Parts: sequence; structure tokens; C-alpha cells
Amino acid sequence: MTRPWDIAVVGGGIMGCATALGLAEGGMRVVVLDKGDLCQGASGVNAGTLSLQIKRVSLMDYALRGHELWEAMGDAVGFRKTGGYTLAFTPREAALLEERQTLKRAAGAPITFVSPKAVWAAEPGIADSVVAASYCPEDGYANSSLTGAYYRARLTEAGIAVRVRCPVEGVEASAGSFALATPDGPVRAARLLLAGGAWLAPLAAMLGVDLPVRARVNTVSVTEAMPALFSTVIGHATGLLTMKQKPNGTVLIGGGWQGRGTPDAGRGQVSADTLAPNVALACHAVPALQDARLLRSWTGFEANVPDFYPLAGALGGVEGAYVLGCVRGGFTIGPYLGRLMADLILGRAPERPLFDPNRSFEGDT
Amino acid sequence: MSAETDIAVLGAGPAGGAAALAAAAGGARVVLIDEQAHPGGQVWRKKDVDLPGLAETPETCAGARLRGDLEASGATFLGGTRLWHIERVEGGWRLHLLTRGDRAETLTARAAILAPGAREFVQPFAGWTTPGVYGLAGATALMKSQGCPPGRRSVVAGGGPLALFAAAEILRLGGEVAAVATPNGRGDWLRCAPILAANPALARRGAELIARIRRAGVPILWRHVVTRAEGDRALIRVHAAPCGAEWAPTGAARAFDADALCVGHGLIPNVDVAVLAGLPRVYDADRGGWVVEAGPDGRTALEGLFLCGDGAALRGAETAARAGAGTGQAALADLRGTPAPPPAPRRPDLRARFGRAMTALARPRPGLLRLTRPNTVVCRCESLTRATLDAAIDAGAAGLDALKSATRCGMGPCGGRYCLTAAARLIEDRTGAAEGTVPPPVPRPPLFPLPVAAVAAGFDYDDLPIPAPAPL
Repeated sequence: MTRPWDIAVVGGGIMGCATALGLAEGGMRVVVLDKGDLCQGASGVNAGTLSLQIKRVSLMDYALRGHELWEAMGDAVGFRKTGGYTLAFTPREAALLEERQTLKRAAGAPITFVSPKAVWAAEPGIADSVVAASYCPEDGYANSSLTGAYYRARLTEAGIAVRVRCPVEGVEASAGSFALATPDGPVRAARLLLAGGAWLAPLAAMLGVDLPVRARVNTVSVTEAMPALFSTVIGHATGLLTMKQKPNGTVLIGGGWQGRGTPDAGRGQVSADTLAPNVALACHAVPALQDARLLRSWTGFEANVPDFYPLAGALGGVEGAYVLGCVRGGFTIGPYLGRLMADLILGRAPERPLFDPNRSFEGDT
Repeated sequence: MSAETDIAVLGAGPAGGAAALAAAAGGARVVLIDEQAHPGGQVWRKKDVDLPGLAETPETCAGARLRGDLEASGATFLGGTRLWHIERVEGGWRLHLLTRGDRAETLTARAAILAPGAREFVQPFAGWTTPGVYGLAGATALMKSQGCPPGRRSVVAGGGPLALFAAAEILRLGGEVAAVATPNGRGDWLRCAPILAANPALARRGAELIARIRRAGVPILWRHVVTRAEGDRALIRVHAAPCGAEWAPTGAARAFDADALCVGHGLIPNVDVAVLAGLPRVYDADRGGWVVEAGPDGRTALEGLFLCGDGAALRGAETAARAGAGTGQAALADLRGTPAPPPAPRRPDLRARFGRAMTALARPRPGLLRLTRPNTVVCRCESLTRATLDAAIDAGAAGLDALKSATRCGMGPCGGRYCLTAAARLIEDRTGAAEGTVPPPVPRPPLFPLPVAAVAAGFDYDDLPIPAPAPL
């Protein structure tokens, strides 16, 4: 019988891969298992926005560190620091913008308020109906499509075993060890990290733990290549729009509009009812998009728990089991939380507090 | 604009046309949708020009008959219209359409019959993106609608009867054919002799095609594949080499001066709409590769969703028309809550056997992969060569989703229709996986590049729902 792994990481998204890298660096023998392929869930299909203007105030510290890590990953993940504008088109939106961005600024994000004139000077393609705007020079994006190839290379370099198309079908926990049932045969490990994103609840249930994980079904769309229309990341005061034009000219449109479907039923479906206003809002912000053609729309499952704080810590009642997921702004913050999580599992003190998955989820919704 | 109907039929070829007729004959409100201006599909396509002296063929006659019958039926034909998304709704299906003049409209139907037909597969080979290179089926469509040959002097290449038909058609329209290259051997055709003998009309027609090609002095190169299309800005020469039973080139190529090459490597059922609607795919080389399961009456696993014709299994126009009629009746019976008509008495279905044999002749064989060299462009939208894709596969992208993410293969305007079948075979070859184990990615809407203005039209900014504030 082969020697058990020091830890099995279930879920090869950004959270699982980043933690696995930290654990291998700390000397552990790590195996990463994914029911599909690396970073094919939310990690690989989100809009790739790295914007402090849409991060939770209480997670701003983590987001700032996340931005540094993405910048360090650089070209391999298509990182661009472009700066970003958040736009308001009505007095009500302007009030919302001021209230929220003031709090984010106080939390450490270098956000300033700028006049519509300054917006048009920097971005002539933005509509003349803007009434107020904020700007953050730290904002930008990475290419979420490249995260899978990036982490595959990094995991391989680090000598981490990767098992893809390898769903965990059952877990047996006994003193100091876990036996995972997979189609490729049993995998034994001394520790277990559940990092299954929107699929966390059924994984935790295999250990008899009930996690109140829900999923949003976020829609993202991309246009064909267009002439240069704008150069920064563009958002909307309500949070209903994120938009960026890639170096190849395509425009990526997000904003959290909801499609249909559930994680256990497989992929989500794009809803024409929400796609239309999403795209229309993009045209409202940058009118020249009217001339574009939409190439593709898709959905990704973004997991959360009722208080919208991450699950990051030891899973109560199951010795050696950990969980990491449900991070609002998880694309931005994931690589950093993975580091903190690795420190925790390696018995080192993480430099920032983690998020007890055994807490009560009442309130703060 | 939005409308409602009892039965929506997508695709007005032999299958969809027959389905619409059958359903309309029972009194149902039927809307028949097609991206072409007239019913007929690819095989029974209507001529866009009327050239005096051009003889009618069995296909033009069948097409005219279908168009006449539809005209007289109660079915509404919506031409110049494409479907970009399909969604299940309470009590039926909602079809999201782009109609003439780039207007977005929806049609909600109690039942939807998909008759999407097939599209062409071309294995990338050296120079396949050179102007002057046509898909074999595409060139056939051009000749049917425009009544002109694709070039002055053409090379025609492909398996099954379509290459012979296209070559004879070029000659009939006054073009010159430099050569016909077919990967089938004479033995492949001889093995079809019993089926041909049982379909004397079709067999006679095939013999006539070959006779016309021979009379014109055109060489027919059996067991040959085109290995290279030569030319910088336009095609000047075509290279064809002998191939083995698995279609891999085996010897020195011969060159033919030509300004057009019509080349195809079989057809692929169009399953995108059915998969987008939620049906799973299975691999069945006999039916045409990745297909969706549908019963003989077109019923699928999803209520109110039917599938028939070449989009379900490549069997040719005659079989598609028969299947379409049965599917239209089944959809009508479901709608009425009446029992479906009894299945047609089981008798040897000669036309289906013929269609199946012809499909088998044209089915792409694994040796074709040898035509794709390291520097051959596979994904033409993103200009990705085989070497680039192989490198990504070697680095661990062992599925099409991972390959797309890593390289952008299939992420351009064609939505992967040109490249992903070839890319799946590259992965299978490179990783030693069996044929048909690398599924194509799930199609995503819109199913074709959709004008943003059409989707955004009708949006009123004041209607923007302001969501509950995100947690701070």
C-alpha cells in the first residue's frame, strides 16, 4: 500500500491550488483532486476583475494583499493594472457611490472621487450622462481563463500530485487519517482540505458537517474584438456592471446578473431576461458598444454563506479536516487566503485572522 | 417583440419541412424557422437565380414540392431568422431569435421540434485557409443557389457520394474539374453494392455522375487525400497524395493547377441547440460523432422538445423527411393529449440503409490527423497552429475546456465550429485516449455573433433594478 499523503486538497480552483502551493513549500506531500479540471469552476470563468471599489470594507486588507499577489503573477495570468472608474448616472446612484466608496477609502483603498469632466478626459468613450464617478489606480484585471494553465504549471513545479476528472465520492475519517473514494481508487491522506467552491456542501456532508453554502449564478459575456473603446476597468455605482477591454480588443461584461441552475445540476444557464439589461447597461456606460457583436455569454457559480464572510479554518469535530471557500471577491482574495490557510495547516500563525467555519451564520446578511 | 405558437420547428430542410407540414395538417399553429430565405435546407435548396436551360434535378424538384406544400399549409414560415438561445419556460420552450433586419424577437412554443441538419467538417491541412478553398458542402450550396461553379478549374476532394455529385455539378455548370480525389477505394464502393442494388434509382444516379466525370476526361483518384493547397493570396495548385484505409497519406503527392478546391471530410450533426436546451451528448460514429439521443418519433428526454433529421443521425434527405413527418405527428399528438399514431410498420428501410452506408463512406478516419502538420493553423479565428495546441495538451490541457482556457482555441467568432472537432482529435491522439472520449464544450449563447444593439434594444434605464446593497 502506498504511503498516505500529508494532505489531500479537494477542489483544484484558485483556493485549493494556492493553499496546496503553500503547503508544498512548507514541506508537505500534497495531492490535489478535482472532479473536472483545474480552475474550470468560478476560478476560471469569472470576469477577472481586480477592483478594490467592489470589495467588502471588512475584507479590504485581504484584497490589498490579493492585488499584490496577482501583480506578482503578472503576464502568466494576463494581469493588467489599468485603474478603474465607478460611474453614477443618477443623483441616487451618486449618493450610493459616495457613501460606499468613502467607507472603502477609509478601509485603505486609494479611491478618489473625480468629476465627470475628468472621466471624459481620461475615457472619451464613456457616456456623457455620467453625473459622478470614483477612481482607483490600483484596479485592473487578470485573465481568469489562464488560471488553470498557470496553476497546473506551478503545482507541477512544486511536485504536487494533481488528479483531474477525479470526483471524491465518499470520505472515511478515522483516527488521524482520511480515505477518499474516487473512480481512480482510494486516496489516503493524513489531512483533508475541502476547497470545492460551490460544491462545498456535499463534500462537507460526507464528513457529517452541514455547511449552509449557497451559490449565485453570475453571468459574464464577451464581445468580438472592437477598436479601442476604453482602457480602464469600468463599474457602476450599483455594482451591476464590470467591464474591461482586453488587449485583443474583446470587451468582457459582467456585473453579477443572475442566470439559472444549481451546482449539483451541472452548469448554469444564461437567462435572456438578465442578459439583456446587463448588456444594455454596458451600452449605457459606453455607447459605442452598440456596434459590437456579442460572441458568448456564460455563467459561473459563486458560493457564499448567509453572512457573506469566507469559510476558512479547521472544520469543527473532524480532526485534521479544513475548509476554504465562499469568499466574496474570491478571485481577488483567493491567492492570499490560500497562503494564510497553508500557514494555519502548517501550524504557523497566519499574519491575518482567518474565518471560523464553525461560527453561527445568523445575521449580517 | 414576442409571439406564441403551438409548435415551433427550427430548420426548414427535409426533416423540419415535413415536421411542419405534418403538424400543420393536424390544425396546430406552426411556425417554421430557418436562416435561409426559403425552405429547403441544404439539399433541397432553392435557386437564387433562374438560369434558363438549367435542368431540374431530383433535389430541385423535391425542394419545389416542399415549398409549394408549405405555402398551401397553415404553417407560418419565418425566413432569414436565426436562433441564438433557447430556454425552458412554464409549459413550453422560449426561442430567442434574430430576425431579418437584425431584430431580436422571442417565440414561445408549447413544443419545439429541432431539425438543425448537419455542418461540414474539414480536417485542417497545409494551406486550407487559402482563398479559393471551399468546403465541399459549402461549394455544393453555392452551386445550388447561385448556379455557378466555384472557380474556373477546380479540384474536388472528399469521401462518399458528395464529392462525385459536386464534381458532376461543376461540369454541368460549365466549370472545369482538374481531378476528383476521394479517400474511398473502389472496394469501399463495391462493398456497398448490395445496398446500391436495392436502391436502383440512387445507384443509377451515382453511375450517371461517374459517367459524366469520366466523359469529361477528369481523373478520379481513388484512395487519395488532398495534402496541401498552394498559393499565397489565392489558390494556384492542389496537391493530392495516395492514402491508406485510415486515410493517412502514404506516398508522393501529385500537383494539379486549380483556382478552386472543394474539400470536405464528412458532416457533423448540429447538436448545439439541443445541448443548449439541456440534453446530454453521446458519441456514436455511426450517427455522425457527438449526437443527442432521440427516439424514432423524435422524442427526447425533455418534455416538449423533439429532434429529427441529420441533426439526430446522418442518414440523408429522404430519411430525414420521413423522420420529420413522424416527429411532427408525435408533437401534435402530445399537444392534443391523443395517443401517438402507431409506428410505421417495420419493413426494411432501404433509404435509411442507403443513407447509413453513404455516411459510413464519408465518416472521417483517424489517419486524417496526419494532414495537420505542426505549422498548420487549426483554430483560424485565433490563428493557433497544431504545434501551439500540442504544447498546451502536453502541458496538461487534456480536455477541450482546459485547451480553450489555455490557448483561446475555439473562442473566436466561429464559436469553435471550425476547430474543436479537430482539436478533440488532437487531444485524443496526443494523450492516447480513445476516439469519442473528449467531448466538445457545452455550447454557450448566443449561438452566433449577435448584434449588441438588438439585445439591448428596448431597455429603459429607469427600469434598472437597484439591487439590495452588497454587504459592506
